[in-house]
Amino acid sequence: MKFTIERAALLKSLAHAQGVVERRNTIPILSNTLLEAKDGSLSLTATDMDLAIVERLEADVAEAGVTTAPAHTLYDIVRKLPEGAQVEFDSPGKDAPLELRAGRSKFTLPCLPPEDFPVMTGEDLPHSFTLAAGELRSLVDRTRFAISTEETRYYLNGIYVHATETDGVKVVRAVATDGHRLARVEMPLPDGAEDMPGVIVPRKTVGELRKLIDETSEAINVALSETRIRFAFDEVVLTSKLIDGTFPDYERVIPTGNDKVMEVVCKSFAEAVDRVSTISTEKSRAIKLSLDRGSLVLSATSPESGTATEELEVNYDGAALEIGFNSRYLLDIAQQIEGDSAQFIMADAASPTLVRDVADSSALYVLMPMRV
Amino acid sequence: MAALCRDCSTPIQPRDVTGRCPACGSPRILSHPELDTLAIAHVDCDAFYASVEKRDNPTLVDRPVIIGSRRRGVVMTCCYVARMYGIGSAMPMFKALKRCPEAVVLSPDMKKYQAASRQVRVLMLDVTPLVEPVSIDEAFLDLTGTERLHKGSPARTLIRLAQAIERELGLTVSIGLSYNKFLAKIASALDKPRGFAVIGRAEVLEFLRPKPVSLIWGVGAALQRRLIRDGITTIGQLRNLEEVELVARYGTIGRRLARFSRGEDDRRVTPDVPAKSISAETTLEQDIAALDGLKRVLWPLCERVAKRLKHGTVAGRVVTLKLKTTDFKLRTRSQRLATPTQLAEVLYRSALWLLEREADGTAFRLLGVGAGTLTPAAQAEMPDLLDPATERGAQTERIIDEVRAKLGDAAIQKGRSLLAIGPIPAAPSGQRGRRHR
Repeated sequence: MKFTIERAALLKSLAHAQGVVERRNTIPILSNTLLEAKDGSLSLTATDMDLAIVERLEADVAEAGVTTAPAHTLYDIVRKLPEGAQVEFDSPGKDAPLELRAGRSKFTLPCLPPEDFPVMTGEDLPHSFTLAAGELRSLVDRTRFAISTEETRYYLNGIYVHATETDGVKVVRAVATDGHRLARVEMPLPDGAEDMPGVIVPRKTVGELRKLIDETSEAINVALSETRIRFAFDEVVLTSKLIDGTFPDYERVIPTGNDKVMEVVCKSFAEAVDRVSTISTEKSRAIKLSLDRGSLVLSATSPESGTATEELEVNYDGAALEIGFNSRYLLDIAQQIEGDSAQFIMADAASPTLVRDVADSSALYVLMPMRV
Repeated sequence: MAALCRDCSTPIQPRDVTGRCPACGSPRILSHPELDTLAIAHVDCDAFYASVEKRDNPTLVDRPVIIGSRRRGVVMTCCYVARMYGIGSAMPMFKALKRCPEAVVLSPDMKKYQAASRQVRVLMLDVTPLVEPVSIDEAFLDLTGTERLHKGSPARTLIRLAQAIERELGLTVSIGLSYNKFLAKIASALDKPRGFAVIGRAEVLEFLRPKPVSLIWGVGAALQRRLIRDGITTIGQLRNLEEVELVARYGTIGRRLARFSRGEDDRRVTPDVPAKSISAETTLEQDIAALDGLKRVLWPLCERVAKRLKHGTVAGRVVTLKLKTTDFKLRTRSQRLATPTQLAEVLYRSALWLLEREADGTAFRLLGVGAGTLTPAAQAEMPDLLDPATERGAQTERIIDEVRAKLGDAAIQKGRSLLAIGPIPAAPSGQRGRRHR
């Protein structure tokens, strides 16, 4: 195998590949990326057995061939090469070492036989639809912050995507929750998604997908079955296993009878929360909201760092209420609200609070209060 | 030169220093030029567990006594009689018994030792409020400014403390007296048992010069190897290097190496250092590989940790599982909880999840569970949107706690803990028994 490729394009693909490859691997071949050169293109594959990425790049192929080389090392080398460099790959094939040359640098990397490289078994993906990159980004961004990291509740370690109806309109919905907050975002159901099953897309896949979306402006093709999902666009295909579990009945925790409505200017609210939370203790990040007609006082106390208060003008005419929240959760949500004002719909200091973007009804958030 | 009688604490005149105490005739005379000016002490109980056992069973007094599990494990502590056979702490039990087959081996009775430890602490607190326990059988004491209260130098007060501990509790201690914690700790080991050693400012540099670097607290096997590789074996050699050089070479510990090698230690004696984590562990009577067997041991450990969390009104955010394989390899695995907890049930669920991933057929000799990243109890068990059952579980556990507080720990148990006692006998009529098999 022998080919030459431009550094910038290769670096971009290797960055994707090394994101998929785990830093520490007990199975040596999983540290490698599969390199296949033929017909004027190089195909790069990386996998962790749950998630696989295949990417095709243009290359000047002198001799077709295939091998596998350590993904992180390859990435580090190419990253350090000078801009505009032409990288030359040379491998006699099989598991013989790979030679890599650029300018006056030369590297020899150990390889493993490509036959050992695990291939994700091809599977029929009966449901297929297309989303604009911007739409997918908005689904991901407004939910991923709420994904749980708690491994015992593995079924929360991803975004739940399913087709449903809101007020008679067919929608696709993305939901994530960690038990303390919940994010629910929806958009009109794309053609082809009508019969899709509800699936849980794992956190790592979401993260890698999010990086890829930023680099494209194209439409993204999504295909899925009950166990697999595939995102394809440009020359990239990302295939992932889905979390094998049942997402809880989240509708049950979205409060419907809350009657105390506070409307805030989102930006100034977020800034005030950020300032006051400087004082809240590192571990709890608790912050207290004291509400009275037309006014909100944010406050935090910590035995070590002192106290903080800030008053904000808000739209509120319910009964006086004191309620505590984790300040970081408040900020996470405030950051997702693009409109000018946000609505907090509360019941009492112990029950879930609903948060909405006043200008956009496609997203809603639920936040569990804290004792303060 | 200031001097005191070790037995009656009478000040001794310089002319009598080499003889016996004129007051009581004791030959145990403590003399040191700086005796009246030093106030930081390290008090260490001699062969603590063994001494407590001997005190409670006088027939053991002149026999070699080892505390530890006879069937396996290591010597936790042994008396001075046993030490004459070359037995020491942390020695595998079979080796110890080879050296001294007639040794009396007793299983540790931690409750008894903890009670004795508390009694020792009460006597220490009579002397100064600045008592910093290091472990169950040792503590640092700062006696600065106690001269007028106790009508005598700190050294004299310490002699009286040692006498009180002997007289009232039947236990002996060794005392190290100096001007900082590092040196006090070294001193207490110089004259064991029933000792009293002093390290003063005048002799400190000369005293430390030939000592191995491992004497410095924080220098373990790994750092010692590095230092030796760099040609540094003694504390004196450390002094050839500036603090900046040591920090550059060895990281933050370099500061300590520089300071301690010059006999400087600015750590204060601080009573009540808050705990960083709470844990419980046990060396298994037999190696266990099966998950079922390990589960039985895990639950009571979780209950113990939960009890201490509740007692200390703190909650743990990170659960750590500790396992030691039969070839003494340590495995620790931890998991961050969604919300800090005080509940045995939550600790158990998380630890079990970790355990299930480790129970791969490997046999283990030790199992432990800990709760770390402690937070105030008020932040524990934050309500969960999806799992109202946690709330109910918490209530159940609080009720169990209340029953236990009234009627004792055995009064009420979770069904799971019955498994910890032993196999449940099969019910006479088939159906129910079969389910447990």
